Amino acid sequence: MKIFGYQLPSMSSLILWGILWEMVGQFELTFFLPPLSAIFSTLMEIGTTKVFLKALADTGYAFFVGTFSAIAIGIPVGILMGKNRLIDELLLPWVNMFLSAPLTALVPVLMVLFGFGMKSIIITTALFAIWIIVLNARAGVMQINRSLIEMAHSFGASPKDAFLKIYFWAALPEILSGVRIGFIRGVKGVIIGQLLISVVGFGALFELYSSNFLMKHFWAVLIVLFTISFTIAEFLAHLERKVEYYAARR
Amino acid sequence: MNNNTNSVDYAVTVRNVYKNYGDVEALRDLSLDFPRGQLTSVLGPSGCGKTTLLKIIAGLLPADSGEVTVNGQPVTRPGADRAFVFQDFALLPWANVLRNVAFGLELRGVAKSEREAIAEKYIGEVGLKGFENSYPHELSGGMRQRVGLARALCVDAQVLLMDEPFSAVDEQTRRKFQEDLLNLVKNESKTFIFVTHSIEEAVYVSDQVAILLPRPSRVSEIIKPEGFRHKDANSIRRDPEYLDIVDRIWASLRTYVE
Repeated sequence: MKIFGYQLPSMSSLILWGILWEMVGQFELTFFLPPLSAIFSTLMEIGTTKVFLKALADTGYAFFVGTFSAIAIGIPVGILMGKNRLIDELLLPWVNMFLSAPLTALVPVLMVLFGFGMKSIIITTALFAIWIIVLNARAGVMQINRSLIEMAHSFGASPKDAFLKIYFWAALPEILSGVRIGFIRGVKGVIIGQLLISVVGFGALFELYSSNFLMKHFWAVLIVLFTISFTIAEFLAHLERKVEYYAARR
Repeated sequence: MNNNTNSVDYAVTVRNVYKNYGDVEALRDLSLDFPRGQLTSVLGPSGCGKTTLLKIIAGLLPADSGEVTVNGQPVTRPGADRAFVFQDFALLPWANVLRNVAFGLELRGVAKSEREAIAEKYIGEVGLKGFENSYPHELSGGMRQRVGLARALCVDAQVLLMDEPFSAVDEQTRRKFQEDLLNLVKNESKTFIFVTHSIEEAVYVSDQVAILLPRPSRVSEIIKPEGFRHKDANSIRRDPEYLDIVDRIWASLRTYVE
């Protein structure tokens, strides 16, 4: 957006909202919203404590292991579904069901199956992230130009070459947007897991701070979480723009 | 020279080929021979199974029955003896010209430096020197097809299968392509099988024109324009024999065009 001929950097509207927040906080209109400046100074305080760093490490570990397994399984499964009609018919109903199912309701079942520890949290994260990754990889493969496949075939491509040199690259724009949305859903998954399964990590901090009405602390953790997931999503969006030049011309 | 019933050596033979798509009969009892080192056009109205025939020869589609041989070997799948030029170019949009041209060799496991040297040579030959690092979306339709052609030439197959290669490029580029193709046929000792729906194009570039009639496809006539083959590219279009053949083909095809 341009104001008085100046190009505003993206997300500058956040500054406006920040100022509004600060004002609401300073006038003490509600205990729910402490001033933004106070939240940041609390963040500085707790940011270096062992409890916070441990929570960050626990959450980060569960999140990355969960989403990366979702990617490692989801992309090949999606590509296979796009390539093979039989596999597609077998798996598609399940993928669609899990994509729209309230996965939170499944968490208690996971606890019974996998216990109350990190394992269940990782699986919850993966379950939140994987379905959209599968669906997008599948959609990416299904829109591949038939003649690219025939071309690879006519020059004697092995199935491995066709997979790595044609299918993967042709589906990459869709795969990347699937991964981006998967990551965002994974953030949801890991926090829900940490709240419901065993109260550890950021989930434990949310629980602790909100039940004790420590709103500054609560918001501080939430801002950290938002910043991390926003940064990851933006990084993936940046990668998506890198393949944009061919996305429209496959 | 291989002598069967006559003295012509055929690079590709198609014998009694049938092909159905569900209930639709695409090819019925089609037989056709392609003399070595010559350009044979397969000409016909749309829906007459030209591309189906070409893909069966390429080994991309199986025939329901009948036999296709290339150099006497029956075709069951794509092979190093054939290379395909696609109507829509089929270039990798994420790869530059050099990698696209070398891609056939890459799939055949040729080392990077070697295949790029070969690709460079053919990029020059099709007139794309200086565009090695361009991407397909930066090129015009005509240039893209030159990339497709260079890729097919790189693998040095004896048989070049071209599926309406010039139908997606503009008219002027198309004429230039046709002239270049004549030189290519002259200079490369390859067998060209050229599918087109343009009568003028077929007569202009071909040593032999096979006319296919639709529903179901069969070869109705084989015409060998011989009188003007030795003439230079510019005067062919004014040659009386060329014009006669174009007229004759149109007369036999017009009833099939609705």
